[in-house]
Amino acid sequence: MTALPDTAYHHQSDAVQARFARIKARDVALRVQGLGKVFRTPKGGETIALRGIDIETHRREFLCVVGPSGCGKSTFVRILAGLETASSGTVFVDGQPVNGPGADRGMVFQGYTLFPWLSVLRNVMFGLEENGESRRTAAREAREWLSLVGLEFFADSYPHQLSGGMKQRVAIARALATRPRILLMDEPFSALDAQSRARMQAYLIEIWKKIDITIVFITHDLDEAVFLADRILVLSAHPGEIAELIEVPVSRPRSQGQMLEREFRATRARLDALIHPPDDEDDVKPAAIKPSIVTRLVAHGDEVE
Amino acid sequence: MGGIASSTPTEAPRPPIADAFGMSPMRRKRRSWFGVPKPLGRRNALSLTILSFILPLLAWSAVSYVPFLWHPLIQVSDPGAVDYLQPGMRVDRETFATEVAAAKEAGTAPPQGIPSNPVYLPAPHEVAAAFWTAITTRPTFGDAIPLPQSLWHSIQIIFWGFTISSILGVPLGVFCGTSPVFARIVEPFIEFVRYMPAPAFGALMVAILGIYDGPKIAIIIIGTFFQQVLVIANTTRRVDGMLIEAALTLGARNLRLVRRVIVPAVLPQLYRDQRILLGWAWTYLIVAELIGTSSGITFFITQQARYQHFENVYAAILIIGIVGSATDIVLALIGRRLFPWAKEEA
Repeated sequence: MTALPDTAYHHQSDAVQARFARIKARDVALRVQGLGKVFRTPKGGETIALRGIDIETHRREFLCVVGPSGCGKSTFVRILAGLETASSGTVFVDGQPVNGPGADRGMVFQGYTLFPWLSVLRNVMFGLEENGESRRTAAREAREWLSLVGLEFFADSYPHQLSGGMKQRVAIARALATRPRILLMDEPFSALDAQSRARMQAYLIEIWKKIDITIVFITHDLDEAVFLADRILVLSAHPGEIAELIEVPVSRPRSQGQMLEREFRATRARLDALIHPPDDEDDVKPAAIKPSIVTRLVAHGDEVE
Repeated sequence: MGGIASSTPTEAPRPPIADAFGMSPMRRKRRSWFGVPKPLGRRNALSLTILSFILPLLAWSAVSYVPFLWHPLIQVSDPGAVDYLQPGMRVDRETFATEVAAAKEAGTAPPQGIPSNPVYLPAPHEVAAAFWTAITTRPTFGDAIPLPQSLWHSIQIIFWGFTISSILGVPLGVFCGTSPVFARIVEPFIEFVRYMPAPAFGALMVAILGIYDGPKIAIIIIGTFFQQVLVIANTTRRVDGMLIEAALTLGARNLRLVRRVIVPAVLPQLYRDQRILLGWAWTYLIVAELIGTSSGITFFITQQARYQHFENVYAAILIIGIVGSATDIVLALIGRRLFPWAKEEA
């Protein structure tokens, strides 16, 4: 592989440029203004989790949020969901300020949060019933959402009978059933094995193409971010601030094969540079470990490397 | 470690440390009996369960049937010439020996007897026989009530006490577990009352509710209710917060959130709590039944004890144990059916 210039990820093909122009012409679905979050520590100190976050996403945009651990990306999505209150700033969905959780924002969590005592169908019906739909309408709509995620034959199964990937597909169907404007996803695939994760990413893009939804997707998997996103919001840690907002130059439709393309690698390299700076203290190079730390316990001529 | 640098690959002298560790790894197999064990097989688990009953039974049989184990008394079979001895009477060994010596000296017939245990420790076969007689036949003396009827009366007391306590205590506990404000108002007082022994309210309950079943049921309620509220509240507080957050994002609020998410989420644990609490209710039974007019299985036990029919006393205590654990086993099986997603909880 040839070395890429640092700014290679800025280069966008005409098709990609046209696509971003199209996205920006759409309405603003989510606007975050001056968002900040301060946690009080038990000893009376303060930790700034987020500071001065400003971002706008347009309708049907796919936004990924990445950052080093402790950058407050989970806090960010929880504030968007209304599960936590911001210390400062405001979140608007379709121009309306957000106050607490609401049906205009669906959420898929990192852990499995399906209700284990309800069948798959009843899980998907849950939000519909809570928002005043009759049981019959809810059941009909829930079946449609299940077929969207390809699980219509599992309607009467129970969550403990499903695989991890299937559970998260049901969770997506459940979150989408109340027809939210925005789908918030907090590392939804991180508990899955590599194959399931790749499959789920492809599924998610298929679903996103079919319905009018704006997705905010938190992840720590940088390849996943580049693969899925239109734009990537990179946060820095301590305090959580916007490091950069990257427009992903990889063309759509996306496929796993694109991971070897120049645009993909350039974007990935940029993310790496932002999130793992070269002088990162955690990032101890293997060569830096002195060979004398471990006493040699094997015979010569029996080398593994 | 100078050896690493200086030695040549062809003729590498092993550093002594390699012999100590590298060439002879620590192979000694050591099994740990404690800690997080592998689950026992069904077969092993069952045989160990049976063993846990057989061991005490063996100990009891040994003390009862092996003459030189314990047996501090002599049961008189023939009083001989001693006036105050009667057949069947139990006297301690020393008294008996003195009497035998005295009879020999006087040239009269010595008393005869066999070593025996005190009357309060009947042998297993005696208890087994008494058990069978107690549940099949009517007692012939006094104003005695048959054991099955006594037991049935006791079961009714437990049932009503536990049901009334649960109707009040479970919802109260769930509300305490879901609302910190509610918990702060209710729990400190309940915690305070919890330390008052339920039997202390006995006289009061008789004054209020009369001498029949009322005060007995009330004692069961007092004994159960206050623990119940606190236990249920604590269980409810341990609900998986992620499920509540998911429900909130789906639009569930307040009472619907409690009814449709929190209660179902902790239901397997609540069910298990109720099983344990029911066991506690049984422990209050004997005290409760002594209040006012003695009744139920307690009446049976005290009456049999008064006539020194200790084998019947043991039989009655055994029956309480059997009814109690049978109820619990049945409830556990039902729980496994009801909550298939929480097998290890229920």
